Amino acid sequence: MTIQHRYDPHRKYEPRQPGTGGAKTSAMIASLAAEGYDSVSAPFGHALVDTARNDPRIVGLTADLAKYTDLHVFAEAFPDRFYQMGMAEQVMVSAAAGMAREGFVPFATTYAVFASRRAYDFIAMAIAEEYLPVKIVCALPGLTTGYGPSHQATEDLAIFRGLPNLTIVDPCDAIDVAEAVPAIIDHPGPVYMRLLRGKVPSVLRQHCPHYKFELGKAKLLRDGGDALVISSGFMTMRALDAAVQMEREGISVAVLHCPTIKPLDTDTILAEAGRGTRLVVTAENHTVIGGLGEAVAGTLLTHGVTPPFRMIGLPDRFLDAGALPTLHDRYGISTDAMIRQIRGWL
Amino acid sequence: MQHERSAAVLSNTSLARRAWDIRRKAVRMGKVQGQGYVGQALGVADVLAVSYFHALNHRPADPEWEGRDRFLLSIGHYAIALYAALIEAGILPEAELETYGADDSRLPMSGMAAYTPGMEITGGSLGQGLGIAVGMALGLRAKGNPAFVYNLMSDGELGEGSTWEAAMAAAHHRLGNLICIVDFNDQQADGKSTETLSAEPLPDKWAAFGWHVQRVDGNDLDALVAAFNTARNLEGDRPRAIVCDTVMCKGVPFLESREITHFVRVEADEWQKALSVLDETRPE
Repeated sequence: MTIQHRYDPHRKYEPRQPGTGGAKTSAMIASLAAEGYDSVSAPFGHALVDTARNDPRIVGLTADLAKYTDLHVFAEAFPDRFYQMGMAEQVMVSAAAGMAREGFVPFATTYAVFASRRAYDFIAMAIAEEYLPVKIVCALPGLTTGYGPSHQATEDLAIFRGLPNLTIVDPCDAIDVAEAVPAIIDHPGPVYMRLLRGKVPSVLRQHCPHYKFELGKAKLLRDGGDALVISSGFMTMRALDAAVQMEREGISVAVLHCPTIKPLDTDTILAEAGRGTRLVVTAENHTVIGGLGEAVAGTLLTHGVTPPFRMIGLPDRFLDAGALPTLHDRYGISTDAMIRQIRGWL
Repeated sequence: MQHERSAAVLSNTSLARRAWDIRRKAVRMGKVQGQGYVGQALGVADVLAVSYFHALNHRPADPEWEGRDRFLLSIGHYAIALYAALIEAGILPEAELETYGADDSRLPMSGMAAYTPGMEITGGSLGQGLGIAVGMALGLRAKGNPAFVYNLMSDGELGEGSTWEAAMAAAHHRLGNLICIVDFNDQQADGKSTETLSAEPLPDKWAAFGWHVQRVDGNDLDALVAAFNTARNLEGDRPRAIVCDTVMCKGVPFLESREITHFVRVEADEWQKALSVLDETRPE
């Protein structure tokens, strides 16, 4: 008998039609566009160099992505403390674990997809289970590249949130990135930090001059009576921009920035969400499954705090390739899309 | 930092007797639990005897001594064998052998760093030890510490891609302070490793990856001593591999001749029988 198997590529997706032109896919190394904000170049790399000058324990490892994670700044400043591990994420994180065992504080960098999908078991067993001070810092978190699912880490937080001992940081801007570096070094355990690299907007102090990043703390950046947005990563920038625009329409939106995803600052979240009967909206650059939204929802329900609740995040699907502004709007994480959604829920 | 020889290394007790003691202690632990990876322990006992009583610099009373040679057990299920060696070396008290695999014991069935003095890493998720060893070797070199890192792995772990990532990294970074010992007993969970996913020709692979490689009879103490000496004293900065061909259940003929599998089944009454067999062959 002759067996003929033919895979049907359209079981799930309709055939795509030829394109007609439009916005161009941004380069992989592109910075996140943010109109109306100053930007800082390579805040991670420079903060790491500043801290490493006085802390000889710090070493840097990368899996062929130094230039794309701003670790090249460290490599140039401290060539003897920089380890190029090649395109080999498993040995990079294992070696980072080994160096931590010898008393170093290793920063290991790659893209978020590769750390979360490819190196997970090594991060789990060699680093997290051992509570070693390895800091895994990853570029292209969530939807920050138009290259498609191979590079879009839309579920990295869901993957890592289940891992005991691991602290997870999702910074918003250049200030968060820079101030998180010494904070996660001071933390004695392992950390996964989502990285914004290249030219990174400086957002938070423009809205809130006294803002400071504190590991494990959520910060109320602005108050408002109609809705409370609890957000992390660059979605806090979107939430602030949306709040400013909606204020002109007479809608008052509070923004609680929650850059530490785990452990979650449940005290602050419960206090803010329990204040009045505001609509509570979570906003994250991540699938709505297993990220900040579900973490907040679980916290609220467990403590009997039940305001009207909605989640803004990426849909449970593999996302399209294309230009980031197009994709952010398509998947509901642009400022305009955020405003449309919140307005509809009020 | 000075190299020093431990009291155990300097003692007059023969390596044959050390290996015999390691085998006997492993069987005693197997008897406590009524199970355990005793086949592997019997097979690797000679490698461990040469490691702990000839090659390694260590201080039994201070298992975290900074100058120690690091010995990583990548194969977590070989813990029963390493516990036997750690007890024989005086790092663990012998009485603790009775707690093997029991609730709240420091000697769990799979080796974990947080549980046991002298257990450098948490193995068990196979293919991780060599990568961690690369990092420790890099770290030691950066600190100017002349200690060696030994990684003990199994032939089954050669199937993991991470092993070869680590092998490339060790050669690229010129880690002459790294010694990888492969216990080649030709068994893994589903059968003979050469029939499951063959790593042969294995020495050629290590050599092609830039390593110095030796292949020896892993149950021949003299051959092991010579191989470890060569690995330690080799000039240059190539990492060193020692492939040790071992026989599962070595030293207990009625188990050796059994149809060997990854997890050797030992009947309840056979643990004592195995101890009796060993007692008849006690070396001086």
